[in-house]
Amino acid sequence: MAVELTGVTKRFPGVVANRDIDLRVQAGTVHALVGENGAGKSTLMKILYGMQRPDEGTIAVDGEQVRFSDPGDAIAAGVGMVHQHFMLADNLTVLENVVLGSEPRTGGVLLDRRTARARIREISDSYSLDVDPDRLVADLGVGERQRVEILKVLYRGARILILDEPTAVLVPQEVDELFDNLRELKAEGLTVLFISHKLDEVLSVADAVTVIRRGTTVATVDPATTTARELAELMVGAELPSPATGESTVTTEPVLRVEGLTVQGSLGRAVVDDVRFTIHRGEVLGIAGVEGNGQAELVEALVGIRPVDGGVLRLLDDDITGWSTRRRRSGGIGYVPEDRHRHGLLLDAPLWENRVLGHQTEAPNSKGPWIDRTAARRDTERIVEQYDVRTPGIDVLASALSGGNQQKLILGREMSSDISVLVASHPTRGVDVGAQAAIWDHIRAARRQGLAVLLISADLDELIGLSDRIAVILRGRLVAEVDPGTVTPEKLGSAMTGAGQGAA
Amino acid sequence: MQRAGAPLDLRSLALGLAAPLLAIAFALLLASLVLVGAGDPVFSTYRLLLDYGQRPRSISLVLNSATIYYLSALAVAIGFRMGLFNIGVDGQYRLAAMTAAWVGGTLTLPPGLHQLVIVLVAVAVGAMWAGLAGLLKATRGVSEVISTIMLNAIATGLVAFFLRKVAVPVAGSNNIGTAPIAESGRLGGLPLVPGSPLEVFGFLPVAVLAGIAYWVILGRTRFGFDLRATGRSQTAAVASGVDVKKMTVATMVMSGAVAGLVGMPQLLGASYSYSLDFPAGLGFTGIAIALLGRNHPVGIAFGALLWAYLDVSSVILDIEGVSREIVTIMQGTIVLSVVIAYELVRRYRLRDEQRRVARQLSEATSSPAVAA
Repeated sequence: MAVELTGVTKRFPGVVANRDIDLRVQAGTVHALVGENGAGKSTLMKILYGMQRPDEGTIAVDGEQVRFSDPGDAIAAGVGMVHQHFMLADNLTVLENVVLGSEPRTGGVLLDRRTARARIREISDSYSLDVDPDRLVADLGVGERQRVEILKVLYRGARILILDEPTAVLVPQEVDELFDNLRELKAEGLTVLFISHKLDEVLSVADAVTVIRRGTTVATVDPATTTARELAELMVGAELPSPATGESTVTTEPVLRVEGLTVQGSLGRAVVDDVRFTIHRGEVLGIAGVEGNGQAELVEALVGIRPVDGGVLRLLDDDITGWSTRRRRSGGIGYVPEDRHRHGLLLDAPLWENRVLGHQTEAPNSKGPWIDRTAARRDTERIVEQYDVRTPGIDVLASALSGGNQQKLILGREMSSDISVLVASHPTRGVDVGAQAAIWDHIRAARRQGLAVLLISADLDELIGLSDRIAVILRGRLVAEVDPGTVTPEKLGSAMTGAGQGAA
Repeated sequence: MQRAGAPLDLRSLALGLAAPLLAIAFALLLASLVLVGAGDPVFSTYRLLLDYGQRPRSISLVLNSATIYYLSALAVAIGFRMGLFNIGVDGQYRLAAMTAAWVGGTLTLPPGLHQLVIVLVAVAVGAMWAGLAGLLKATRGVSEVISTIMLNAIATGLVAFFLRKVAVPVAGSNNIGTAPIAESGRLGGLPLVPGSPLEVFGFLPVAVLAGIAYWVILGRTRFGFDLRATGRSQTAAVASGVDVKKMTVATMVMSGAVAGLVGMPQLLGASYSYSLDFPAGLGFTGIAIALLGRNHPVGIAFGALLWAYLDVSSVILDIEGVSREIVTIMQGTIVLSVVIAYELVRRYRLRDEQRRVARQLSEATSSPAVAA
């Protein structure tokens, strides 16, 4: 047993974050820990890494009972953590980043680069991490940075690695590379504890999966005999909602017409290349594609925050190509941005101010040049109620809400305007299963109300379940259109990589 | 909902006050240590500061200085609320005051109109000078920190250059200045402090009005909402339809317009001309006071009064043989520690709020969950 947690309980004032956690991780395996956001995964990992102390229960590493009072203790016991958000200094080299804080020295003063470089090469080779110690971190891609993080932990002598949602920032190819690395680590006898809520990934790489729900471990299952659906049901503890849309509400009345839209990237290459599509009243058009193929730029061009280099956008009867973002948003385009923290919310402003955001010029938020606080607040109360935003009030800061509740607020806000188009970019990314179902319901409702919906998502089940049509985007071009009624996620996946071109 | 809201506000008020009070306490402690180190009596020094500051004459002086500081801090705060650091208030008000003094000294207009023209000239010049920095930022991406520092230096040169062109000798000294503004363009004092031989600047009500306007525009208008949204998150503001370039220029222009007022109490109420000894450096004091007052119109008022009080009462220290630099040390420490204290309180409040929300929600959901 590499790690053994028995009866671990952690309380925060008023909240039990973890209770009666039992977790047994075999040495030399990849063990996955899955659960909804807020189920208590992160707290558990912080306990294991010495960032939090448990109130009850015991932790044993390699059979020995331990008590960590800070991460230093955990590292000394051979437990290392790779954080979800990389902690690397861009302006330093890989070598400097890796040794930072535990530098080998010559004569006790100078950094001994030669020893460090040799160690890093040795670790990199023995686990096939393929990391060059002398490159600048700023020049590395996301996948490489993650390998540097892993190397950093190994350099400090960790035998047990905790990876906190390591795939959240990776594109599919990088995920495959990461999993190869994890198998390599396992082959060398290391133990990997892998936190995720992407079930198919977990099933493909883990040797054992422990499900955590409402702060406690509910089951440990063998991935070979478990389906993603069964896992998900363990996670939510209930029958899983499905994204299927039901009856078609598509009409022939065009709402949003995109004709030859082209956006140039910084390298002079078109990142959105001659894209054309029409969305009708009551229709959901899904855009499928590997991330980074122009989806983000397409959305930004539609909303008007990225300049367009060619083509025409029409909303109902208006040519909106020259309209400002404000005019577009008050003129009928609702926008659920991909990165809600950067583009959708003012995190350190109260909820009611976030209700005004993006709709500053519209009733009930303002009258002429004045913000109507009373009306805006009242309307925020309504949104909180109708969209089931779980919050103690409308004066709490947006940052205090969970991702799912933030997203419900954004969706409620956008649906509260008189819009004819809803642009939803990864609407359920990073939200828990409960909020996901609610957001799907709201998108379905939008479609029933006769909105034209553009749905961009990396979740293929979501795309297939909600869309009336799916267009595949590859290197900025729409290369194929598929019928969600007949396509499978596998077929769609291969179309996204260009392999299945024309398969539809 | 209401029930949850009310105690929160009291709490947040207490937290808001905690930071400046802690900072002042820390500054007093540090100043005491310096006094002890220098061999000066600690308590009698504070007693001197307290007593002297409470004399009617001192109170008039405090109000006068605070008026000027308040306007300066307000100008800085406008930029801060949008995430712009207008270090150039100093150059803006000096150039504005010099131009306004020259115009006011040259023109002869009926009372009322005369003052109005002088003030409008100052506002326009301040706005223009700050607007340059705004334009540079919006069109060329030049950091406003750099450009306003540069513009300060240029303003110093310009003021010196024009003063040589238009100045007349100031009677009874070797100072030179613009021609004095005629009686019709001056602003009489207000006998606000009973028993004081000094009147308070007639410009004080204008400063109060400026504070109210600041509060209304930032807190209650769409323009103010856009400005604050941009300050909180530029990316979110852009996505919400704010034209950030336009807002940058508008905000700098507004900041500069208020900066133009900074020299007015002195010009219209005391010196009537811009001469070599016109007060300088007020723009930097404004930065400190804006930080101290949390960019809040009432907070800034308290900050300005405290600053002015320390300035005025420090005069007695020299007379009593205690180094008056102790006051500068206190002012510096207050600003430094207040910045740290605010950040600590901000982090505490954020964590506290997240915990509180989690707690209330888990209470709310736990009972039905048991039933289910």
